Amino acid sequence: MSVATAAPPTTPPVRSAAEKARWSQRISARVSSAGLNVAVVALTLAWIVPTLGLLINSFRQGGAFNTSGWWTALAPPYAFTLDSYRAVLGASDLAPSFFNSFMITIPATLIPTAIAAFAAYAFAWMKFWGRNWIFLALVGLLAVPLQLTFIPLLTLAVKLGLNSGNTLPGGLNAGFLAIWIAHTGYGLPFAIYLLANFFRVLPTDLFESAEIDGAGPVTVFFRLVLPLSVPALASLVIFQFLWVWNDLLVALIYVGGTPEVAPLTVTLTNLVGSLGQHREYLTAAAFVSMVVPLIVFFSLQRYFVRGILAGSVKG
Amino acid sequence: MDGSLGLIARMPVLQVDWGTLVSVNLPTLLFVVVGVPLALVGYIVGADVLVRQLPKRSQPSVRPWVWVGPAIIFVGVILVYPMVGTIVRSLFDRHGSTFVGLGNFTRLLTDGGILIVLRNNLLWLILYPGLVLLFGLLLAVLADRVRYEKTVKTLIFMPLAISFVAMAIIWQFVYYYKDPSEPQTGIVNAVLVNIFHGQPITWIQDTRFNNFALILIGVWGATGFAMVILSAALKGIPAELLEAARVDGANEITIFRRVILPLMMPTIVVVGTTMVIFALKAFDVVYVMTAGNYNTDILARRMYDELYSAGNNANASTLAVILLLAVVPVLIFNLRQFRAVEERR
Amino acid sequence: MGRQSRILAAMAIVILGVTACGTSNQASGKIGGTVHILGTWTGAEKDSFDAVMKPFTDQTGVKISFEATRDLDAILQTKIAAGNPPDVTGAPGIGTLIKLARAGKLPTLDDKLDVSQLNANYGADWINLGKIDGKLYTLYAWASLKGLIWYDPKAFAAKGYQIPKTWDDLMALQNKIKADGGNPYCVALESQAASGWPGSDWVKEIVLSQSGSTVYDNWWQGKQKWTSSEIKQAWTTWGQVLGSNGSNVYGGKQYMVATTFGDGGQGLFTSPPKCYMFNQGSFITSFFDGYTPKPTAGTDYAVFPLPDVSSANAGAHVVAGDAFVMTKDTPQSRALLKYLATADAQDIWVKRGGGKIAINKQVSLNDYPDAISKSLAQVVVDTKIARYDAGDLMPSDMQKAYWGAVLKFVQNQSQLDSILADLDKTQATAYASP
Repeated sequence: MSVATAAPPTTPPVRSAAEKARWSQRISARVSSAGLNVAVVALTLAWIVPTLGLLINSFRQGGAFNTSGWWTALAPPYAFTLDSYRAVLGASDLAPSFFNSFMITIPATLIPTAIAAFAAYAFAWMKFWGRNWIFLALVGLLAVPLQLTFIPLLTLAVKLGLNSGNTLPGGLNAGFLAIWIAHTGYGLPFAIYLLANFFRVLPTDLFESAEIDGAGPVTVFFRLVLPLSVPALASLVIFQFLWVWNDLLVALIYVGGTPEVAPLTVTLTNLVGSLGQHREYLTAAAFVSMVVPLIVFFSLQRYFVRGILAGSVKG
Repeated sequence: MDGSLGLIARMPVLQVDWGTLVSVNLPTLLFVVVGVPLALVGYIVGADVLVRQLPKRSQPSVRPWVWVGPAIIFVGVILVYPMVGTIVRSLFDRHGSTFVGLGNFTRLLTDGGILIVLRNNLLWLILYPGLVLLFGLLLAVLADRVRYEKTVKTLIFMPLAISFVAMAIIWQFVYYYKDPSEPQTGIVNAVLVNIFHGQPITWIQDTRFNNFALILIGVWGATGFAMVILSAALKGIPAELLEAARVDGANEITIFRRVILPLMMPTIVVVGTTMVIFALKAFDVVYVMTAGNYNTDILARRMYDELYSAGNNANASTLAVILLLAVVPVLIFNLRQFRAVEERR
Repeated sequence: MGRQSRILAAMAIVILGVTACGTSNQASGKIGGTVHILGTWTGAEKDSFDAVMKPFTDQTGVKISFEATRDLDAILQTKIAAGNPPDVTGAPGIGTLIKLARAGKLPTLDDKLDVSQLNANYGADWINLGKIDGKLYTLYAWASLKGLIWYDPKAFAAKGYQIPKTWDDLMALQNKIKADGGNPYCVALESQAASGWPGSDWVKEIVLSQSGSTVYDNWWQGKQKWTSSEIKQAWTTWGQVLGSNGSNVYGGKQYMVATTFGDGGQGLFTSPPKCYMFNQGSFITSFFDGYTPKPTAGTDYAVFPLPDVSSANAGAHVVAGDAFVMTKDTPQSRALLKYLATADAQDIWVKRGGGKIAINKQVSLNDYPDAISKSLAQVVVDTKIARYDAGDLMPSDMQKAYWGAVLKFVQNQSQLDSILADLDKTQATAYASP
């Protein structure tokens, strides 16, 4: 399996350069290229308006957004301030809650991704009794409202001693284990669904030739399936990470909101007064909490490249 | 504590136990990060070794369960087990003592206020997946052809990374209504008033617009999700295929319709299905923005109210079962879809 | 719980009582351990709570493990149902607590607090408020006063407006303001999932002052129908305040439903004023502090209580405050509740401002940080009929329906009858035990 060079994104102009004689086609390519850029830029601009408003207001004085629109801040006199960021970064529990967020999110991303990859492989490439129905039931479980699982599962966790505050051998707060397990269960239906879809469309001849070479399913899985599905795995990791990182309710249920265990979402929500005083802190808080998911996104984005499969597929 | 940030320590009673964080949690985290993948790889390798000890004939029937086993156990405990209780509770009265059969269903579905809820759910069900798919596909396909693709994707992705905690305040900057005598602070009304010289609108409260305004919030948040997955599928389409079509003289629209779209269809179904289910479960946006007032209520929010405000487990469970049943047609569609994929290979 | 720890707890309380502002080295009396508290306080309120807790920890050695959530009903019910309750809970409303108490999920406080001490320090109303079916379950540590009309004294002086002493005065004043081309009121009802509550305050204040405490009590207890003449009258009275189509309110009905309640007071401070009066509880000053430019207490804003609607119920006021309840009986939670009832604890709270008023009568009026809070504390002292916020006493689904009704009412007052009929329907089911 060779990694082919990604096709240059701006193929049409390159190709039309090679066919200089065909002027009309070249012009139409230019026009459509301009149209393409306009469409992409326009959609993107429309999409970032709310985020931009949030960003600008996060640098404005507390009550300013109540009296004038955020776009007015872009004209002089400039009255930007770091007050909101100071308040957020000055929250006494910020550093430990960052740590707690990692403590919750990393295992709660790794475990379901791995387990889902196993299951998805079986669903996509093995034949067994009830395969399609079990798979469908799994997808259907995406619709389970999480709120209805809280009481039975927390009861179970308490019975097993997995409630927050209990210390496991080794000193780990049992609440962390409980939330890893819970997020694994909550995340699996989507994870399996997504991965099985990507695994299923892998070319059959890959598996056939591997089998001829005498490779067992474990080898096929680790040597072929996983490397060929890197974009799908990367997007799954991004989303599972995001969901867990941004979750507030599940964390409050299983680990609670005390400073030793509270994730970032809890700490940031608590900056705002009980009745909503200083809501402006949420603007800065949103960006502070966004940093880590964006880093994850950036670092995984390089796996979204064309051509990993190229060369190994017959057209 | 937190001297590194140069911050004021709060009351000593509330100091965080850094000792535990560093001496227990950090090693645990490292242990988990290294240990969990090792354990899982060990499990699958070890289990396969065991399976190989079995007679050759029974191996193919045992092996799949080794692979799906962990997932089935987790999902069984975390999702199926609570759902069984939910289904049982939906058949009993609110005290859980008297069996009422489908009584809860008929009562809830004939309740006077339910029509608006169902109408809103239907709106969500049509518009939310439709628009998310449309914009997600458009962005994935178009951004694929520009040099600044990464920038575009990052900007579209950003809403996903914004915690829902900040949702209300973001949309205040977009939809907020101010009296016409004052400068508008929400951009939509500002454009409406200053450029189109219209009257400002209470987007969230006005029953003519509010459901659409709320659905748009959801679409804004989810499009990045669709775009990332669809883009991953798009990148999986071999470049040679596209190149071959271009050499054959097909124009880009034909290539999209004849080559790209069919190859992406399974992924479009996955994203579409997920969005349909998310539309059914839609809760956050309505809960935060209107709490179901102004004719914006939807099933999942009503379920939350039944559960925590009314303490009516029977009603909450019944609504959850209705949500689960509503997914069935989508699942049947999926079944046909992946049977088709398998036939093709 | 062991006998020994009970004795230790008792000893700690003795020490607590004796040492007012503790020297913290009475190691012999320390209970130690941790008390896990679930509450809704965040931001500045959390800082105040921390300040109140500090002497407690110093004196008893009990560490505070506090967790805040805005979805208290959801988290508390889940944790109790799962057998993992916090030790002490501070709830802004007691509808859910009543349900939990009746389901036998809460320990009573009668045998856990020093009731005679409490009787000496607390007004009878405040103790009765903590009782559910005759048994003491909840304890109040501070109150905030509702039904306050905030105004700008400079704006009043400029137009020669007088503070209304009676309801008729208020009606006359609102007509005069209108005749002068101004807007009498600002009303802002948006509050995310709780939208509508500021309007529900108006209605409950009018019910209490217009029809008296018996009707009020029957009403929140679900024994007085929403369609009854008394409750309907309160809504129509509020409708007269708002004017037809909200004509007495700045910005009319669209402004009312779309404006975040905390921003509603801004109209008082513009020049010329967008409105002259703004009804909110004593905590609203914490929002005023966030306005630009920041208004100054006394010069930019002052306050008077909503006049009595009926002289028969003169001096009736609606108050609110967090209800503390023991969700798990431990020596630490007993010690904490006892501490919260002391003047020492409440003194710290009132000194930190935020519109909190002490309930313990030993707290001196001189401890209030500014003239306005002191005058509010005086109002509470002078109150003849004090009633807790009816909405916060109702079952949570009744309260939410009430808030929703407010939103419907301000948009179309002529629908009052059908709105009230719907509320009766909710009332019929909301009070059933789970």
